[in-house]
Amino acid sequence: MSAESPTAAGAVSDAVPQTSLYDVDNPAPVIEPPRKRTKKTPKTTRTNFELYGWLFMRLSGILLVVLVLGHLLIQLVLDGGVTKVGFAFVAGRWASPFWQAWDLIMLWLAMLHGANGLRTVINDYAERDTTRFWLKMLLYTATVFTVLLGTLVIFTFDPNIR
Amino acid sequence: MSTATLDKPGSGSQQDASPYITVVFRIRRFNPEVSDEATWQDFQVEIDPKERVLDGLHKIKWDLDGSLTFRRSCAHGICGSDAMRINGKNRLACKTLIKDINPHKPITVEPIKGLTVLKDLVVDMDPFFQAYRDVMPFLITKGNEPTRERLQSAEDRERFDDTTKCILCAACTSSCPVFWNDGQYFGPAAIVNAHRFIFDSRDEAGEQRLEILNDKDGVWRCRTTFNCTDACPRGIEVTKAIQEVKRALITRRF
Ligand code: HEM
Ligand code: SF4
Ligand code: FES
Repeated sequence: MSAESPTAAGAVSDAVPQTSLYDVDNPAPVIEPPRKRTKKTPKTTRTNFELYGWLFMRLSGILLVVLVLGHLLIQLVLDGGVTKVGFAFVAGRWASPFWQAWDLIMLWLAMLHGANGLRTVINDYAERDTTRFWLKMLLYTATVFTVLLGTLVIFTFDPNIR
Repeated sequence: MSTATLDKPGSGSQQDASPYITVVFRIRRFNPEVSDEATWQDFQVEIDPKERVLDGLHKIKWDLDGSLTFRRSCAHGICGSDAMRINGKNRLACKTLIKDINPHKPITVEPIKGLTVLKDLVVDMDPFFQAYRDVMPFLITKGNEPTRERLQSAEDRERFDDTTKCILCAACTSSCPVFWNDGQYFGPAAIVNAHRFIFDSRDEAGEQRLEILNDKDGVWRCRTTFNCTDACPRGIEVTKAIQEVKRALITRRF
């Protein structure tokens, strides 16, 4: 430092406690991040699963723009908005194979897209292996249940049900 | 047009022409030999705003508190040893001018995130270099050695020029939110250095490197947040390099 500079003022606060459990021979544990990389990790799987997952998110996203926005437009905006939606409205639309196919594709794509998205979120944020495992099991169960139930309803819907 | 004010209380009244201003450095301190907790500590330093954060840290270490611990070597943005989190952004302390980061508020300095803090601003870089090693960052060729240098056209050299500039400072990897939460992710720096060889026309192990980065902790974990590109002190388009590796994997498959 240049000699003619005004010397720096003293430390403003001394936050480090002076008495403590730890010393040179008995240091505290260092602050470690979660899931640290080691020499042996990560394990190789040699599959293209993540590649296909990544591609699927983009391709299904493109289709979902049309399907979901079209769906919202029809359900909530056109022909008097939400108030028109009722049993008769749904029965009328599912009489046509076109709308059946629309809803079926939207159901599958949105569920798989959302589930895969949540899978990446869980992989990112759940630090403990067991937590991660069970969260994903819960996610997969809910996804399979919803997709199967939805598909069943679309195909077995009976407009004359009492 | 914010000029640094000279008449700070405490600074000599006869020194109207002095360029020095008083700056507070708020530094994240951690010393496992004293406490298991990291704490903030403020230091007041007289400094020319045209100086760098590294100069401020030097003043503190040399004049105020010799126990302050940080890495630096070249002090000129070459060695990559002084990446730290300054005012919440990853930068090299030796390339960050005081005047560029609002010296009128306390300047916070923390260790880079996602790596084990050993003391004050020093982190354990081993996991970072492990990921670097795992992408095989060296020229791999088959067959006999040529009798002269391996020739390459200017265009072929240009293809990976950007990623040759990396100084392995870890600013990018430690700015990545995916890496913060899961250190198994290869991280931007490893991908940048794989890119450097994958797109080198003289290298013949691009396939192997692509295969390594195709796995579950490879490029597909990237969420395109651009934190890495913003952090890189060498101006490398890190996110673009990652996208190019993704594209190479997809075009290889289809
Ligand atoms: C409207 C059209 C949609 C488009 C264009 C779209 C596009 C995308 C893309 C490209 C990703 C991947 C992001 C990344 O890898 O960083 C993504 C993630 C995700 N999407 Fe969609 N999506 C759409 C609709 C939906 C719907 C309807 C759902 C819910 C069922 C959904 C749920 C998710 C979730 C949970 C994620 C993961 C979030 C994350 O990665 O941070 N998306 N979306
Ligand atoms: S890509 Fe940039 S930020 Fe990342 S390690 Fe290399 S020089 Fe540092
Ligand atoms: S000290 Fe070498 S890059 Fe900053």
